[in-house]
Amino acid sequence: MRDITGFALMVLAAIVTFYAFPYSLAFTTRVVIMMIFVLSIDLIQGYTGIATLGQAAMYGSGAYAAGLFAVHVSQAPLLGLAVGALAGGGIAFVSSLVLMRAEGLTQLMLTIAVAEVLREVANKFSAFTGGSDGLSGISPAPILGIWDFDFVGKVGYIYAVAVLLAVMVFLKVLTSSPFGLALQGIKDSPARMRAIGTPVMRRRIAAYTISGVIAGIAGALAAQSTALVSLSVYDFQLSAEAIIMLILGGTGRLWGALIGTAIFMSVHEVAASVDPFNWLFIIGALVLAVVYAVPQGLLGLPAELRRLVRRPQ
Amino acid sequence: MTTIASILLDGIAYGMILFMISVGLSVTMGLMRVVNLAHGGFAMLGGAFTHWAMVNAGLPFPVAALGGIAAVVILSVPMERVLYRPIYKMGELPQVLATIGMTFLMIAAVNLWLGSSLLAIKLPALMQGSVNLGFRTLPTQRLYVLGAGLLVIGGLFLLIERTRFGINLRAAVDNPATAACLGIDTGRVFATTFALGAGLAALGGILGAELLPIDAYYPLRYMVLFLTVVAVGGLGSITGSFAAAILLGILDTAARYLVPDAGTIFFYLAMILILGIRPKGLLGRH
Repeated sequence: MRDITGFALMVLAAIVTFYAFPYSLAFTTRVVIMMIFVLSIDLIQGYTGIATLGQAAMYGSGAYAAGLFAVHVSQAPLLGLAVGALAGGGIAFVSSLVLMRAEGLTQLMLTIAVAEVLREVANKFSAFTGGSDGLSGISPAPILGIWDFDFVGKVGYIYAVAVLLAVMVFLKVLTSSPFGLALQGIKDSPARMRAIGTPVMRRRIAAYTISGVIAGIAGALAAQSTALVSLSVYDFQLSAEAIIMLILGGTGRLWGALIGTAIFMSVHEVAASVDPFNWLFIIGALVLAVVYAVPQGLLGLPAELRRLVRRPQ
Repeated sequence: MTTIASILLDGIAYGMILFMISVGLSVTMGLMRVVNLAHGGFAMLGGAFTHWAMVNAGLPFPVAALGGIAAVVILSVPMERVLYRPIYKMGELPQVLATIGMTFLMIAAVNLWLGSSLLAIKLPALMQGSVNLGFRTLPTQRLYVLGAGLLVIGGLFLLIERTRFGINLRAAVDNPATAACLGIDTGRVFATTFALGAGLAALGGILGAELLPIDAYYPLRYMVLFLTVVAVGGLGSITGSFAAAILLGILDTAARYLVPDAGTIFFYLAMILILGIRPKGLLGRH
């Protein structure tokens, strides 16, 4: 029931945004794509307890795969998404074979290294990827041959929201399935899960791969909506900011990823346009406020407040 | 033959710079177990103070550099007490987040104070120029970095392994509660160690500025580099960081000599390989 309310609110928010900011659809589309990306991190970080600062590896691979597919094979958007998903999942699966052997800081560092290596590879094959100039020539065909991408970005926005909804439904089902519960068990105590017969390593690899598929979809969407893929898709900052958004909203509850992304990117956008030179003060203060005041994220705020009120008794 | 000698020489010189700029992180993150992404921020602040003191106050390099380090150490004490102390007990993620937040604030502060342009640190005549080694030359500055690096690792080894303070520190890290019961003032030990780490960061930032130039975005640009050295070396091991820095320095230099257009790919592949085989790093405690 709560989930149905959540989905209803989500659709409502998407519709209100569509009519309230008709001239910022490019930005709101970016927010929606970022939400998908942050959701992919929530699955491994929030549910499975895998530390990552390199999710950009899958996002970037999805973006390049979808971009190259569009330029050389077909401009059909949904096919592009599928290709991006495959690329993200593939990279995630292969890298997880090494990543899941480590934990904590080492795991963080390895995830960063994977993204950096991929960036260098993309840079090296500049004849193919456009290198630092970026990959251009992407112009998505109408979705399913019906809806053509317009100049204002209306169709692009609706398309991104539809994909976000699909991903959200999928993750809701996944996280409440026995598989999802096993992941949460692994987060809390890998040793006990192993003791009751869960193949911990295989579950972790599976979770990381699924997360990679979703990140790849986000990357592919980004490539289609901006019609450009540059080396910055592999940026460390992208991964780091996504983690900030996730923790801002609250980890391990999916809705937190959406709320955190919306708030962080809105504050970022407003602060950067109000004061282009000093906006980092705002972001820095926001991040610190989250860590020290609401360590559980904004979704943990009601619980924190209740605790605060109850304390005097 | 000459190529191999050159690679080794340049590699060790570069590795020494890597060591100097990450040794502070090896202290805060390695010994104190706090994921300190703001390390580069302290290095940048050291460089920024030094730059400001030389350009605006006209101080000579040694005075400005010492002043810069002192300023960072003084700043680090209240920061440790207010910002770092609450996060020691939190998980890695909140630590990552908090220290990234601090980094943002430091970047914004330096940006506001000195702008986003390059903050050059002009070396004194004594450190400029180059030395002739017979088969090739080496910038004199590298020799100073080499000397400083050896001094720092020797000093840290003596401090941590041979002094009362070192014993207290190791005890406080391994088991804060027991250490406190034995009468060790753990809060003070952590504050001192953190100040030491920040001071070393500033020193590294200043000495490494020739290769990794300082500007407002320095902390973000080189964050991964510092983290790599410490992670590959193994947490809690200063010697490990040293070995990792030299190894990565030589590897990166060799790659630049032999496969010039490979960029940093070998650097990160080496890291994946080493951490894949030894998840705790080269000399990490198992």
